[in-house]
Amino acid sequence: MSAASGEGMAPAVESFAFSSENLEKIREILARYPEDRRASAVLPVLHLAQEQHGGWLPRAALDHVAEVLGMPRISVYEVATFYDMFNTEPVGRIQVRVCTTTPCWLCGSDEVVRACKEVLGVEIGESTPDGRFYLREFECLGACANAPVLWVDEDYYEDLDYERTKAVLEALKRGERPKPGPQSGRKGSMPAGGKTTLLFEEK
Amino acid sequence: MLQDRDRVFTNLYGEQPWNLDAARKRGDWDGTRDLILRGREALVQEIKDSGLRGRGGAGFPTGLKWSFMPKKSDGGPAYLVVNADESEPGTCKDREIIRNEPHKLIEGCVLASAAMGCTHCYIYIRGEFVREAQILQAAIEEAYAAGLVGRNACKSGYDLEIHLHRGAGAYICGEETGLLESLEGKKGQPRLKPPFPAAVGLYGRPTTVNNVETIAVVPAILRRGAAWFAGLGRQNNTGTKIFCISGHVNQPCTVEEEMGIPLKTLIEKHAGGVRGGWDNLLAIIPGGSSVPLIPKSVCEAVRMDFDSLREAQSGLGTAGVIVMDRSTDIVRAIARLSKFYMHESCGQCTPCREGTGWLWRMVTRLAEGDAESEEIDLVWDVTKQIEGHTICALGDAAAWPVQGLIRHFRDELERRIAAKRKGGDRAAA
Repeated sequence: MSAASGEGMAPAVESFAFSSENLEKIREILARYPEDRRASAVLPVLHLAQEQHGGWLPRAALDHVAEVLGMPRISVYEVATFYDMFNTEPVGRIQVRVCTTTPCWLCGSDEVVRACKEVLGVEIGESTPDGRFYLREFECLGACANAPVLWVDEDYYEDLDYERTKAVLEALKRGERPKPGPQSGRKGSMPAGGKTTLLFEEK
Repeated sequence: MLQDRDRVFTNLYGEQPWNLDAARKRGDWDGTRDLILRGREALVQEIKDSGLRGRGGAGFPTGLKWSFMPKKSDGGPAYLVVNADESEPGTCKDREIIRNEPHKLIEGCVLASAAMGCTHCYIYIRGEFVREAQILQAAIEEAYAAGLVGRNACKSGYDLEIHLHRGAGAYICGEETGLLESLEGKKGQPRLKPPFPAAVGLYGRPTTVNNVETIAVVPAILRRGAAWFAGLGRQNNTGTKIFCISGHVNQPCTVEEEMGIPLKTLIEKHAGGVRGGWDNLLAIIPGGSSVPLIPKSVCEAVRMDFDSLREAQSGLGTAGVIVMDRSTDIVRAIARLSKFYMHESCGQCTPCREGTGWLWRMVTRLAEGDAESEEIDLVWDVTKQIEGHTICALGDAAAWPVQGLIRHFRDELERRIAAKRKGGDRAAA
């Protein structure tokens, strides 16, 4: 796992504590698992911590999660560095993740990467100097019939090419949230030329 | 060809709302109570008779898997865990079920749990599917509010809790025991089997892990009968299947078709044909990145089912069909998959941890022709040292695409090595 190699542990941030709103959410999350299995909540609770802390997890947050869930700190460090979605170093606030695995690559993800680098002015793995954007490569996002795909924070932008990627990123730069989904205008993963099934015209 | 009346996922493209009202109009949650009351044995038998095989990749008979669960409860919990960690490159079918047909999945969870005596169900969804998880969570809450899930589910007297669990970006958590480890709050490193999850699974309790599509077709099978499902496709390869067609086709799409549909028909009928025409086809990966590619000559007649593709030295896998036309640098296409497996290896077993890196580096060199001819056999040997020597199937999955490349494109590898050498000689001269 690349997440486990090369990246150092979180730099020092003095303290971290969950907001009262998130503490309430944690209570709800813990209710999903047996009482003596609080560690099961570690992924959802780390997601909350990362969200609260602006997209990355300082060591203090990992330690706090360990305390809240009654887990050894090392177990939380292991989890935080194993899973790709957790950042243990500061990153730009808007996370732009471009899929470059074979199905997206076949459909032109190199051009999506080129547009990202040009518009954001950074290389893969870097954040913009103003701290607004973080650009990274991601493995298959599971939307291959709508390749190539860009994953920005919570949303997928699909059916991309160089121009469409530029348009999405420039809108983001202006502070807009362009409409997610296929940028080709088609509905979901329906064939672009129209449905070939579910026509209900029985022969 | 499958008729629309036999299609299970009538809202595959999200043309109608996903919510409970719309789902009921599509026939979901119709008479679920009566189905539950048929009893465990009858439900498992119906699924066995339908011939349903797991839709997550391995194709294990679902009814048989269910029958491994303890017949009598010891009073403790038993679990159904739904694998919604869809991450196999080329695969995007469960996403459509989750966001457009979540109630088929939830109803399937109730029925499958009833069939196996499960008391709790967890749906493990990949972390990247943020919007999909929001829809599924809302649908679960609708089902609770309507009394379809929870205590006395569907007024059947049967209790079942369903919870959604979000992953955080790790392909290996799609492996069933890696998934269970992750659900327990650990790194997603697969467990040695035996013991199998049906005996010792989540929290050490009896557990069955099933793919989203497998569970989501269960209500249709139970409602319409095993004979209906078994009447589609062919023996041992029955029913309908969602195919995902990506890459060099005119109209990439997901589509539900009959198991066993000829690959060529699937592509020409639904995906608008290969870009530049059928004769422009180079090769296809027919079942998600883990299965070996097949060249055009094999694509001509092969059928899309478990046994046909196995005979063609490939596999149906997840039915993620990755199409590559003649413009494709086939060696780079496979090298990128090798990089994927290197990235996703959990690092637990040495042959996989080290071998996936070897494969990526060697195939990357082969793409440039920067190798000796003998190294093609060496790469093959490396794949054989990984395959079958690891705890889970990720090692096999890393080995097979490279084996497919060597099996069918050895000439191309040799050509690149020769071209590089010729160029090198010229440079030296």
